[in-house]
Amino acid sequence: MIELENVAYSYGSDALLTDMSLQLAPGAFHFLTGPSGAGKTTFLKLCYGALRPTEGRIRLFDQDLAQMGRDDVAFARRRIGVVHQDCQFLDHLPLAENIALPLTVSGQASPEQVDNLNELMSWVGLTDKYDALPPELSGGERQRAALARALILSPDVILADEPTGNVDWEMSQRLLRLLVELNKMGKTVMIATHDLMLIRAAKSLVSARNLRIANRTLQAAGVDL
Amino acid sequence: MRALLDKLRGLTSPDSGADRVVPPTGFTARLTVFTSAAMAFLTIFALALSLASGRLATSWGDELARESTIRISAPAGQMAAQTAAALRVLEQTPGVASARALTPEEQQALLEPWFGPDLPVQTLPIPQLISVIESDEGYDSEGLRLRLSAEVPGAVLDEHTRWRRPLMVAAGRLRLLGWVSILLIGAATGAMVTLAANSALAANRQVITVLRLVGATDGYIAGAFVRRFTLRTLLGAGVGTLVGLLAVLLMPGDSGAGGFLTGLRFEGWHWLLPLLVPPLAAVVAYLATQMAARRVLGGLA
Repeated sequence: MIELENVAYSYGSDALLTDMSLQLAPGAFHFLTGPSGAGKTTFLKLCYGALRPTEGRIRLFDQDLAQMGRDDVAFARRRIGVVHQDCQFLDHLPLAENIALPLTVSGQASPEQVDNLNELMSWVGLTDKYDALPPELSGGERQRAALARALILSPDVILADEPTGNVDWEMSQRLLRLLVELNKMGKTVMIATHDLMLIRAAKSLVSARNLRIANRTLQAAGVDL
Repeated sequence: MRALLDKLRGLTSPDSGADRVVPPTGFTARLTVFTSAAMAFLTIFALALSLASGRLATSWGDELARESTIRISAPAGQMAAQTAAALRVLEQTPGVASARALTPEEQQALLEPWFGPDLPVQTLPIPQLISVIESDEGYDSEGLRLRLSAEVPGAVLDEHTRWRRPLMVAAGRLRLLGWVSILLIGAATGAMVTLAANSALAANRQVITVLRLVGATDGYIAGAFVRRFTLRTLLGAGVGTLVGLLAVLLMPGDSGAGGFLTGLRFEGWHWLLPLLVPPLAAVVAYLATQMAARRVLGGLA
């Protein structure tokens, strides 16, 4: 689905990531760990085509990123649900419209999809926030809303960047269970986090591979969970 | 052609989704509408000025090409003889289609604007005027002048060239100035919309980031801005055109006196030309916003 082959990325002359290779297979569950500033967010951005590598090759759904135009990347991104740590929303739109945004921009808004939206909002426990504006939501509600938005197009891959960064332990467990449930439904999941408690908690729920970014490269981090 | 129709349909069909993803910008919106209205208003006046100048130049040009006058100043006793002699000379001159002496009533009408309607022309030593119409090939003015000086000593040939040509050149330049003004107004409208679109795109950088994150294409993002600015410009230009047309309508029409300031109104099918201003302004806004959006979105990649 997503393949990285000897990928490097530099900000100006500073090499942030070097020689990174990874294949995200269907149904896989990965944790991406590493100290703050190691390049986890940059790695995820490379995975969904928001950044282009300075070296190496990335393939998104069998297409070479280097050969893809911006519209091709946009179409590929509809198959990748992204949950950002800062949960970016359009603050002037009600929550339901924010969650339905991927449907709107891809021209798929239909009565059936509205039913899906209601179901999804219920699944993440935000039914009562249908008309709320994003600034009115708590950190946990924003994280769940971001997850719902990432899932509305039923993507093949879910990339989550510190999805539990702004929520309490109970909420982080709930989000983790949601992601594990999605993985069991066949979705590929990759979670970037430095929350070791979360990774340990996942141990009892799913068979996951733990990848660590250190010294600018990607390493297997001990025993897989 | 089909692609163009699709684009027009996209601009005019209601797409609440695309409209709503970009937050409303009240001040920029009002500014765009107001400026478009002002530009359209000015365009209507520049158009009226240009068309009126064109009519004047054409009219003067036609007259200049065809008509000249012979003025006979002679003692009262010789006036009729010299007039008849001049008409005889003109009859024999190749290139003269027709010539006739103006009647006292016609001469009075010419003087009326200066002396009023009750001027007793017959009692005044006013020169006799002969109107000369040239044929297509024209006459030899130097030869005619020499013959008149020999046979009709009181006759002076006035080809009108001396005073009409500079006026005709001025009218032509005024017409050109009008069209240049319209082009400049169009360019200024484009520049204004580009600035407003750039400002809106810069202010909505976060919106663009979110839209890209959820899979929006550049065409979709640009479309949201392009549609908004095109419709605002169309609205503003429509209002400006309407007000401009009302203002031109209130101007005095052509009174027949041949005055420039009294002939600024549109004539005949020219009244339809202002209707092109709003769609043309919308096209300018569409192109300007499209280019601005593509440039900004390309820079954000």
